[in-house]
This record gives sequence, C-alpha cells and structure tokens, in this order.
Amino acid sequence: MATLAQSTASHDAHDHDHEHHEEGFISKYIFSYDHKMIGKQFLITGIFWAIIGGLLSVIFRLQLGFPDLELHFLKPLLGGWIDESGKLDPEFYLALVTMHGTIMVFFVLTAGLSGTFSNFLIPLQIGARDMASGFMNMLSYWLFFVAGAIMFVSLFIETGPAAGGWVVYPPLSALEQAIPGSGLGMTLWLISMTFFIASSLLGGINYISTVINLRTKGMSFSRLPLTIWAFFLTAIIGLLSFPVLFAAALLLVFDRSFGTSFYLSDIYIAGEALPNTGGSPVLYQHLFWFLGHPEVYIVLLPALGITSEIIATNSRKPIFGYKAMIISMLGITILSFVVWAHHMFVSGLNPFLGSIFMFLTLIIAIPSAVKVFNYLTTLWRGNLIFTPGMLFSIGLVSFFISGGLTGIFLGNSAIDIQLHDTYFVVAHFHLVMGSASFFGLVAGVYHWFPKMFGRMMDNRLGYIHFWLTFVGVYLVFFPMHYIGIAGFPRRYYSWTGFEFSNMYEDLNMFVSAAAIVTFAAQFIFLFNFFYSMYRGRKANQNPWRSTTLEWTTPVLPGHGNWPGEIPTVYRWPYDYSKPGAKEDFIMQTVPLSATPESNLPHEQELVKLEKEIMAEEQEVLVANEAKS
Amino acid sequence: MEEKFAYAEGVEQPIAMHPKKFALWLFMVTVVMIFAALTSAYIVRQSEGNWLEFELPTLFWYSTGIIIISSLALHWAYTAAKRDNLVQLKLGMAVTVVTAIAFLVAQWYGWVALVNRDVFFVGNPSGSFLYVFTGLHGIHLISGVIFIIFVLISSFRYKVHSQEMTVMEMCVTYWHFLGGLWIYLFMFLLLNH
Repeated sequence: MATLAQSTASHDAHDHDHEHHEEGFISKYIFSYDHKMIGKQFLITGIFWAIIGGLLSVIFRLQLGFPDLELHFLKPLLGGWIDESGKLDPEFYLALVTMHGTIMVFFVLTAGLSGTFSNFLIPLQIGARDMASGFMNMLSYWLFFVAGAIMFVSLFIETGPAAGGWVVYPPLSALEQAIPGSGLGMTLWLISMTFFIASSLLGGINYISTVINLRTKGMSFSRLPLTIWAFFLTAIIGLLSFPVLFAAALLLVFDRSFGTSFYLSDIYIAGEALPNTGGSPVLYQHLFWFLGHPEVYIVLLPALGITSEIIATNSRKPIFGYKAMIISMLGITILSFVVWAHHMFVSGLNPFLGSIFMFLTLIIAIPSAVKVFNYLTTLWRGNLIFTPGMLFSIGLVSFFISGGLTGIFLGNSAIDIQLHDTYFVVAHFHLVMGSASFFGLVAGVYHWFPKMFGRMMDNRLGYIHFWLTFVGVYLVFFPMHYIGIAGFPRRYYSWTGFEFSNMYEDLNMFVSAAAIVTFAAQFIFLFNFFYSMYRGRKANQNPWRSTTLEWTTPVLPGHGNWPGEIPTVYRWPYDYSKPGAKEDFIMQTVPLSATPESNLPHEQELVKLEKEIMAEEQEVLVANEAKS
Repeated sequence: MEEKFAYAEGVEQPIAMHPKKFALWLFMVTVVMIFAALTSAYIVRQSEGNWLEFELPTLFWYSTGIIIISSLALHWAYTAAKRDNLVQLKLGMAVTVVTAIAFLVAQWYGWVALVNRDVFFVGNPSGSFLYVFTGLHGIHLISGVIFIIFVLISSFRYKVHSQEMTVMEMCVTYWHFLGGLWIYLFMFLLLNH
C-alpha cells in the first residue's frame, strides 16, 4: 500500500514542480522514482558488471590460450588462486566460467539491457509521464543492486564463488562436498538470484502495465515503435519464466540446506552413500531450461527491437514489414516456451520427445529469418547514414545470421548429440545471443545517448570501437566452431591433456589474443561514454531526425518528460522518406491533416476522423485554461 | 519552466484498468507460474517411480471449508462496503481475519498429522513436495492475511466505503485467488496420489 500512498505523493510533487525544482541529491540520483534516472542507474551498473564479466573471461582465456604462461602478475588480484608456480587454480577456473556466464546473462544482458532501455524508452516512446509505479521501479533497481552486491561479495570469499556452471546443475551444485564452489559461493549465488528474480518481476510488471495502461492519445498498439513491442514481449516472457526459475532454485535450496531429495538420489561420495534417495537431477534441468530458453529471448528481443528502430531511422526508410516484425516477435515469444528440452538432448530424454522438441526448435528459424529478411530489405537501397549506432545494429544483424545458422545445426538432435557441450555450442550462443545482444545494447547507447545526457558521443571513436569489436568478435568466436567440431568440450581447464586437441593450441592462442584486443577496445567506448557525458558536443532536440515521441521532449527532459501536455500521436513511427513529404521524416505528432501532400488515399480518409479528435482536444485545452 | 503542467488536473490518461490492480493481476500470474512449475515437477517426478504413497490428512478437508467460508465472509464485507453498510463491513472483515488465521492453524495441524504418519519434509520427494506446496501457499496466505488486516484497520478508520473501493477490491481479488489456489492444490493432490 506504500505504492498507493506514493502515487498520490508523486502527484503532489508534480503540482509543485514549477515552484521549486531543486531535488535533493538522494532523491534525484539514488532513490529516484524518475524512470530516466533509473534507466541510467541500470546502464551504469550494467557497464560495471560488463567490465567484471569481460575481465573474468580474459583471465580464463589466458589459461586456455597460454597454458604455460606464469600468471604471477595476477597475484595481487587473485591471491591464492594463483599457485606457487604461477598456475591458475583449476577449481577457480570453473568458478571463472560460471561467474562469467551468470554475470553476462543476468546482470549485463538482462538487467543492463532490458533494465536500461525498457525503463528509459517505454514512457518516452509511448508518451507517458513515468512508469505505472515509480516506487516499484525504484525497488526493482535496488533489488538488482543488492543481488549484484551479494554476487560481488561471493567473488572474494575463501572457497570461491559458485563453480557449477551458470546453469548450476545438481548434484554438482547441491552437494558441498562436490567442489569448493558449491559451498558458501553457491549459497550466495542462490540468494543473489532470488533478489534478481524479484527485481526482474517488479520491473516486468511495471513495463507491462505501463505499456498497456499509459499510452498517450492515439498511440494504439499498431502505432507502437518496434522497440516498445520488443520490451513489452520481453517483459511478458520474463513474467512467465522467472517464477519457474524461482521454483527450481527453491527446491535446490531445500536440497542443499534442509536435506530433501528433490534432485538427489543414490549418490556415493568417497565411498560413502548419502542418505538422499528418490530425487531426479533431470527434473532440475526441465525446470531450469523452462526459464533458461526463454531467457535467451529475454536477452535478444530488446536488442532486436532497438535494431529495428535504429536501422529504420538511419536508412531513412520505413521498417520493412512492420506487422511481420510484430508477428514474428510474437511467434518467437510463444515458441520460446516450448523448446526448452533441446538443451537436454543428451540427458537421457526419450528420443521421440527429442524429435518433437527438435521440430519445435527448428520452427523458430522461420520468425528469425523473417526478421533478418526485414532488416536487410529495410537497408536495401536506403539512404544509409552510418552512425556508430547504425554500424552496431548492422553488426547485430550479421551476428544474428552467422550465429543463427549454427542454431539450425544444433537444433537437430542427431547433430547435437555430437556437438553438445563442445566449443561449437559456445561459438553459437556467443554469436547469436551474446554478441548480438551486446551489439544491440551498445547501439542503443550510441543512439539514445543524446536523449540521456543531452550530448553527442564522438563518432570517430565510435567507428574505431565498432571495427575493433566487430572484427574482434568474429576472430574470437569463428575459430571456436572448428575447435568444437573437433570435439573439444567446454568448461575444460586445459587443452594439452589430450592428443587430438594439442594441435589446436595455436588456434587457441589466436582466440585468446583476439579476446584481449576486443576487451581492450571496449575501453575506447568507456572513455567515449564518460568523456562525452561532460564534454561531448551539445545535442539538438532531434539529432537523428527521427520520428518517435522521445525526440519531441526537451533536450534534457525533466521529471514528467514533457513540460506541457503530452503530445498526441497521429501516425505510425516509420514515416521516413514518404513520397511528396517536405522532409524525409514526419514525426508521429504531426497530424495527417497537416501533410496533405504526402498522404496516401486511405490516410486522406482518416483526416476527417482526426479533425474530430483535434476539436475535442481543443475543448479540453480551453477547459484547462479556464481552470488555471 | 514557466509552462504549466496542464495534465496535473486536466486531461485524464487513457487508463484501461487501475494500474495497481493491473499490477496485482500480473503478480498473481507469477504466483500461478510458480505453482504450475512445482505441480508439473510433481507429475514428472511421480512418473519416474519410487514414490511414497500416503493418505492426505483429513484436516485438509476442514481447512478447505474454512478458506471457503473466509472467502464468503470477505465477499459479504465487500458488498456491505459497496452499500456503505459499515457495521457489516467491519464484522465481515473481522470474520475473514479470524477464519484466515484459522486456516493457517489448520494447515499447521495438517503438517502435524503428516509427521504423525511418518511423512517428513526430508525423505521421499512425495512428502517433500506436499510440504513445499502447502508451505509456499502458506507464505502467500500470510501476505494475504496482512493485506486483510490492513483493510480491516482502514475499515475501522472509515477509509473503506462505496467511494473508496480500490484497496478493498484488490484485497478481495487476492484473497479469492489464494483460496482458489488452495483448492487447485488440494484437488491436484487428491487426483495425483
């Protein structure tokens, strides 16, 4: 009920807005209810986690690429995890890959991506003052922060963080005796994820109710920018799948700490039988992947939505197949819930069931291909403007194709049984999910930076960042396909133990070198980001000459977004290069009646309806004037 | 900043549904998903065999009755509030609180009955699942009881009446939902045993 009290309070705050504008530091920057500030908080926290996650990957790439290297220089950072002879502790290697996965999937590409752009863009693009509940929104960020703090602490405890892989399969994760990471580290992992789930759910509930309830006049679902469609569907996926992860984690907690046997059965450790009997580890896999697979789309869909927006804007063309884009996103949303067992082809799954899941999995290729086709046809013969955001969006499309193709291989159970848990899988999902979503995130930052901070990021640094990252990502992940086809399993500490993988040592060295360069290139972005925040060129109101509502706000919108009334929407968001129009874009706020020169025949008919609406509005406006 | 915030008292936003109520519905969706996951896990695990069979405590029938009475009482209070009959409202809310707590007590004794017939939380998953279902439902129920007590207090402060029904309506929705959830769980356990 605090939320209810809050909403009235914030209403009052609006009323007083024009009297005193000074907000306290704490309410403005820390416990802010303003969706724009919360979005920025998510972004900065996400960047922090991306650096940590990337750093962890560089450490284990050092081990993989240069197994003979003495890592004494990492001693100040890793302490006891580097032994006397300068070798990385094998147990800690497992912790590194686990933490890299957890951080990147949940903290960077879920919270950092969805949290940033859903919060920042939903109210701005649908024409709302703020989220449905500012309080819940604030809570969502701070729960995420707590989750992050706990996970961060777990990196430094004596037994190390969780080490059973980001999927934390039991019995490995359930038994403290199994590996050091399954002790306190795993407990902290579970606590942290509980906070994270609560944060995601609060955020998701807010996104959905905002999109459904708070759209401005004229903003029908068929006029929503594709970004909003993507965020909306992402939130629905999260709302339906995160509770299942919670259920899975809850049973795991009971197995770990209370001695139940949901996932444990007939286990001998050091010759001694455990009392647990009757559990099923496969049960955990079912529950986990029921979240785990939709999670892939939670990560990817927002990036795809951002890309649609940026590609249309910078091709100066309407997005090709607006409805097809929506339908394919809906298709992906629904299909994401019925394909989870393709992660489990080797779990002893009934082969018949496997073929059903294979069939359903391959169907996802259709909506994905529709989306790729539409991106390419939007680009086709457009007046392309290569802003850094545009380059990263095109990069996303590239990764989505090259990583998606290997998905068709892996979706086939017959091939997957050979390739399962090899570096082929690693290459596949790092391209299609990891890099593609990361590029969507970065593209979004370049594109909406002027709206966030009122300044432009430097283009030249953006180009350097793009080319180093784009080429770097391919240099890192393309060779991994070969290593995977050769059969090398992921999560292995060392390559040198087996004859067949010895020959890949130089290739691994190459991958590691590329990874380090790519990671280093991200600091160009960081410099650009923080430098431009204070010293960048001042942005004008609509730097990309875009059509959507956020560019009708002042350069730096205050709390409430529009100083006057919320603008009304009269057209879809993709009126670029409309034949006959004076300029190559028409904002969503421009009535059809104002553009008779470019209206299509059916739009001409809508003009009459529009005039009625405007007359109505005029009345309201007059009434308001009279009141004040 | 000279421009006024005309929206503050003027144009209403096109709200399809009260945002807080809508958020409550979405929250209930997440609760449904948790129990959908747990009950399907139950079925998957049960089909694998090695499953302890035992009889459900008869007390669960009584607790089912109690929670139905509780829901009816709350509904009575709700209609009373709509008619501005504040005496009936307070009475109905009080009955709801008492029956809600009685339900929790009955569930506790249901657990005692389970322990008496050697079905423990730790042991065969068949029993553990039962404790997880009832326990997790119980936790949600406690949140519901807190909600009802909150409404009870505000009804004694005359803050619930026909002009101010939002909180009351949310409370009714949530409580009926929790009652329905228990009936679903109980039916599920009766059928899959």
